[in-house]
Amino acid sequence: MDEINVKKLRSFAVRIRMGTLEAIHSLGSGHLGGSLSIADVLAVLYGREMKVDPKNPGWPERDKLVCSKGHAGPAVYSTLANLGFIPYEELKTLNRPGTRLPSHCDRNKTPGVDMTTGSLGQGTSLAAGMALGDRLRGYSSRTFLIVGDGESNEGQVWEAFSFAAAKKLSNLVVLLDWNKRQLDGYTDDVLPMGDYVAKFNAFGFDTVKVDGNNVEELAKALERTRQGGDKPYAIILDTVKGAGIPEVAETVMNHSYTVDDDRFRRYMAGLEAQLQELEG
Amino acid sequence: MMKIEYTGAMDPRLCKAVLGETIPKLAEADPDVIYLDADLMNCIGTAKWAAAHPDRAINCGIAEANMVGVACGLASAGFKPIVHTFGPFASRRCYDQLFLSGGYARNSITVIGTDPGVTATMNGGTHMPFEDVALYRAIPGSTVIDATDPNMLESVLRQCVDRPGVKYIRVGRKQYATVYAPGSETPIGKAVTLREGSDAVIFAAGIMVHEAMQAAQALEAEGISAAVVDLFTIKPLDAEAVVSWAQKTGAVVVAENHNRNGGLYDAVTQVLSEECPVPCRCVAVEDEFGEVGPQGYLQKRFGLTAEHIAQQTCAVLERKK
Repeated sequence: MDEINVKKLRSFAVRIRMGTLEAIHSLGSGHLGGSLSIADVLAVLYGREMKVDPKNPGWPERDKLVCSKGHAGPAVYSTLANLGFIPYEELKTLNRPGTRLPSHCDRNKTPGVDMTTGSLGQGTSLAAGMALGDRLRGYSSRTFLIVGDGESNEGQVWEAFSFAAAKKLSNLVVLLDWNKRQLDGYTDDVLPMGDYVAKFNAFGFDTVKVDGNNVEELAKALERTRQGGDKPYAIILDTVKGAGIPEVAETVMNHSYTVDDDRFRRYMAGLEAQLQELEG
Repeated sequence: MMKIEYTGAMDPRLCKAVLGETIPKLAEADPDVIYLDADLMNCIGTAKWAAAHPDRAINCGIAEANMVGVACGLASAGFKPIVHTFGPFASRRCYDQLFLSGGYARNSITVIGTDPGVTATMNGGTHMPFEDVALYRAIPGSTVIDATDPNMLESVLRQCVDRPGVKYIRVGRKQYATVYAPGSETPIGKAVTLREGSDAVIFAAGIMVHEAMQAAQALEAEGISAAVVDLFTIKPLDAEAVVSWAQKTGAVVVAENHNRNGGLYDAVTQVLSEECPVPCRCVAVEDEFGEVGPQGYLQKRFGLTAEHIAQQTCAVLERKK
């Protein structure tokens, strides 16, 4: 196993949260909860696992990310801005007229965004097609697919998972963001989806569950997926919707969240304190 | 080369045989062409070739939304997917996927929807799309084709492979009357004048082209000179040809195997209302659902016949006076 630089990954995750907050504050509100829950997995993906080139975002043999829960765009944009795919200042153009950073991910607008998503469920099949395409081209590239737990209410998700297993797409890694909440409240109240590990195993995936807000656990689980084989991988991310900013995490209805100047100052101060502790 | 060869006789080649031969041919000529189906390979004769070429033909099972998404994912990697299933499942069953994963995300795919409208015959109302053209027309940048005969089908399918956007070809699997000679090229977006005429023009697509030709012959016997124009490309419509024929004749009939809402009649009258308002009449399904039966019965049931076209031509000529 490669050495895991936990501090570096945790710092990156904090920086992703900071950029996300910047973007959403610039507009006053946005999809904050579900962006924060995936900040740690984005940090490990882009900070350690994925081969990408900010100078050549369209490089065909890169690893690809499909953020099928497209409303988490702000977290993806912050990740890309931190890596230099786009200027950091551009984060403040989120959802402004003519922006390259729309609410939902758009591969034709943002350098580094590999697929357009937003209508929930559709990213799953797109990712399966991308992974299949890479395999047919003979690339060693992998496709990482972030799916929301609420999103998995959509039937297309399970069509895509059946397909991925049938075609033995071991270059596809599904990261299910089990943050237990969706727009109308707790997923168990809206539409309970049962045991994800059992479900994915039954669908033919190599499945593990990790603390999805713990970069070390994420790094280990992702490293395991490098080994190939004949099954697609699923990692169930046990996360907190709003993770990293306690006041947001404690608000049940945090899918869309207002970030006024006061909240922005307080939340940013909290994140800066986290960064200070990590980086000294 | 394009040669019109209409005699009213049925073409010896079935359209499903054309699909069964042409899809493998296109895949063999271009390594980026990839074919996806939703458990209907045996319906168009591709199953045997597909089994021998598992990297070029992907059976997605009965999961059309996923099939379209996978095709779009492949398109994003530079592949040129050709997707097939029956018309209703190739349109309304996976419409959000066609619209967003395809059109909006700029992933170019070719979709073949077999057995449109009354050509769904014994599969009945559940399988009988009278709305597929309307749905595809509403996708920005799309191409929508109602194939006229097996020879045209081969030509348009070949052209679609490298054409950007979401492309939809609707075609019945069974016999069509020959309209074009084998090997004819029918450029997408160009109307074809099949018959000259001066009193009225009949714009038709798909199986209705044959009916329109029969109608024009019958009208000629009554001293009415009706032109017949094949508008197989419903989008982008050949507006120039539509306006020019409307100006020349001053009376228009549109014939289509589709609901009158959202199909060829809407496309034609949209152009004419702005550019050349003339009396128009429509031969189409009058906002009804499909039902089961042989094609001949269904054409009569829904008024998709040469007789009805002739009647509507006489009606529009009354208005013209």
